[in-house]
Amino acid sequence: MEERNLICTACPMGCRLVVKMEGDQVLQIAGNRCRRGESFGRQEAIAPQRMVASTVRVLNGFHPLLPVYTKGTVPKKKIAEVLAEIRKVQIAAPVANKTVIIKNILGTGVDVVASRDMPAKA
Amino acid sequence: MLAKNIYDVVVIGSGPGGVAAAIAAKQAGADDVLVIERDVEPGGILVQCIHNGFGLTSLKEDLPGPGYAQYYLDQAKALGVEFLLDTMVLDVTSQRKLYLSSQEHGYVDLEARALVMAMGCRERTRAQIRIPGMRPNGVFTAGTAQRWVNVEGWMPGKKFVILGSGDIGMIMARRLTYEGAKVERVLEIQSYLSGLTRNYVQCLQDYDIPLQLNYTIKRIMGKNRVEAIEAVQVDQRWNFVPGTEEIIPCDTLLLSVGLIPENELSRKAGVILDPVTGGPFVDETFQTNVPGVFAAGNVVHVYDLVDWVTEAGFGAGKGAAKFALAQKAAEQRYTPVKAGRNVRYVVPHKLDKQTLEQEEVHLQMRVTKPIEEDVWIEVHGENNSIVRRSERYVRPGEMVTVVLRPAHYAEVCKAGTLTIDIYPKSEA
Ligand SMILES: Cc1cc2nc3c(=O)[nH]c(=O)nc-3n(C[C@H](O)[C@H](O)[C@H](O)COP(=O)(O)OP(=O)(O)OC[C@H]3O[C@@H](n4cnc5c(N)ncnc54)[C@H](O)[C@@H]3O)c2cc1C
Ligand code: SF4
Repeated sequence: MEERNLICTACPMGCRLVVKMEGDQVLQIAGNRCRRGESFGRQEAIAPQRMVASTVRVLNGFHPLLPVYTKGTVPKKKIAEVLAEIRKVQIAAPVANKTVIIKNILGTGVDVVASRDMPAKA
Repeated sequence: MLAKNIYDVVVIGSGPGGVAAAIAAKQAGADDVLVIERDVEPGGILVQCIHNGFGLTSLKEDLPGPGYAQYYLDQAKALGVEFLLDTMVLDVTSQRKLYLSSQEHGYVDLEARALVMAMGCRERTRAQIRIPGMRPNGVFTAGTAQRWVNVEGWMPGKKFVILGSGDIGMIMARRLTYEGAKVERVLEIQSYLSGLTRNYVQCLQDYDIPLQLNYTIKRIMGKNRVEAIEAVQVDQRWNFVPGTEEIIPCDTLLLSVGLIPENELSRKAGVILDPVTGGPFVDETFQTNVPGVFAAGNVVHVYDLVDWVTEAGFGAGKGAAKFALAQKAAEQRYTPVKAGRNVRYVVPHKLDKQTLEQEEVHLQMRVTKPIEEDVWIEVHGENNSIVRRSERYVRPGEMVTVVLRPAHYAEVCKAGTLTIDIYPKSEA
């Protein structure tokens, strides 16, 4: 049996989790202050997931960049690829908050959306 | 010029603290609420905090900074909060008079029945932590770099060292890595992390960025541009430990060494600051020692979660609205009394309508010059004449009295201001 020390990042409390594992099987999780910590610990021990936030270029925008983020978490291993996809995008202003910029990125089932309204340059 | 020169509640700063205060003030019944912001768009620091992690408590959603800001900005606009952007508040008095410099309106002064200070905080700079060595280009605060990379779209360097393990520094370490830069090291002089553990995990550990606790910078090297820094270990009393020096080549040094509440304006308004927090002493409604002056967000103390900034803003806005409405009720009880044609002054300067309803009130005045013929002495409002009586002559040496009686109460109530004119009947 293996014991792993992880930190829950599901909220800013940052609880210290102790995850007992047997191979790829999670046997027990301790140290979480809430139920979300339980599912976070299970996921983190097997296949960690993260949200990703970055920017895309905007044409004729109030700012030259539009902030975007993944509406859900994607596998940590895929972050570099996700960023590479995001980097390819260029979009024309105006853009409304929550507009889907990339649908189902890399088949993860997660959309990349705008983080805010981006008006056109005055 | 602005549409109004007096507002129920004026908020300085459009960050989450200020916007929440404006929303709460409207909801608590304030009519005219104005938010003043020096930047060209509202939102405060959140505009550049593009990472997610905002709103977990207050909105039950994991939002990026700009999205969190927009949620409350949309709400404020829907409630009819007015925004004055690209406008710097230069000065504030303890009587809540504000002096502004605005791109669109020029130099403006305004009055607030209640005022909310929500100017946020600013970052400590190199000057405030005294790093020896050369003064090359390439030393920035983490927040400045955050603005360049996330909003303005350019990278300040390729190889970074970050001094301080504050949240902004750790978040920038990840962000710079995303944009292809190399973050060589994060150095922290204390024996513990100064930001959140979750940021250590998801910003440094995830990308194998080394953090060294009990380490600081001994000197900065480079003539025109940073070429390297010399890192060194410190003991418990922050003395350098000889033999632990290491030269780390890099072209940019970011400082993430703490935030200071921005309270220059508060001080001008007579607000007393707590030397420990750097922010004003406040009561449970976030009112400072100056009546009618409230404070919200990072001007009070540096918060680590924006959700609490919003909550504090709601508290301050509600307190400010309550104060403003009481102030307005007091103003409405009184009608100003003004000297009109040929009148030098009138006493009293204002009239309590509730008194007039019960008993008579004597208005006493002097004329500006002698008028040696029959005159009318007339008290009037904007559109109504209230009392008129005659006199054979008037002279500056002899005081003139007019009596208002409870019978005049209804007419007085129709007037915003009472004006007294004295003029020859021949001119009537
Ligand atoms: C660089 C930086 C990065 C940060 N990153 C994070 C983060 O990632 N996550 C997090 O939770 N918190 C972060 N914070 C903390 C953050 O400040 C708070 O979470 C939150 O934004 C504070 O809100 P606020 O309304 O008090 O102030 P702010 O958001 O700072 O807003 C204050 C506003 O007042 C305006 N202002 C100031 N003086 C005047 C004047 N004289 N006239 C007119 N306008 C004026 C400013 O332009 C600004 O828009 C960061 C802080 C800084 C400084
Ligand atoms: S266990 Fe619950 S409380 Fe603790 S960090 Fe995770 S989500 Fe937050």
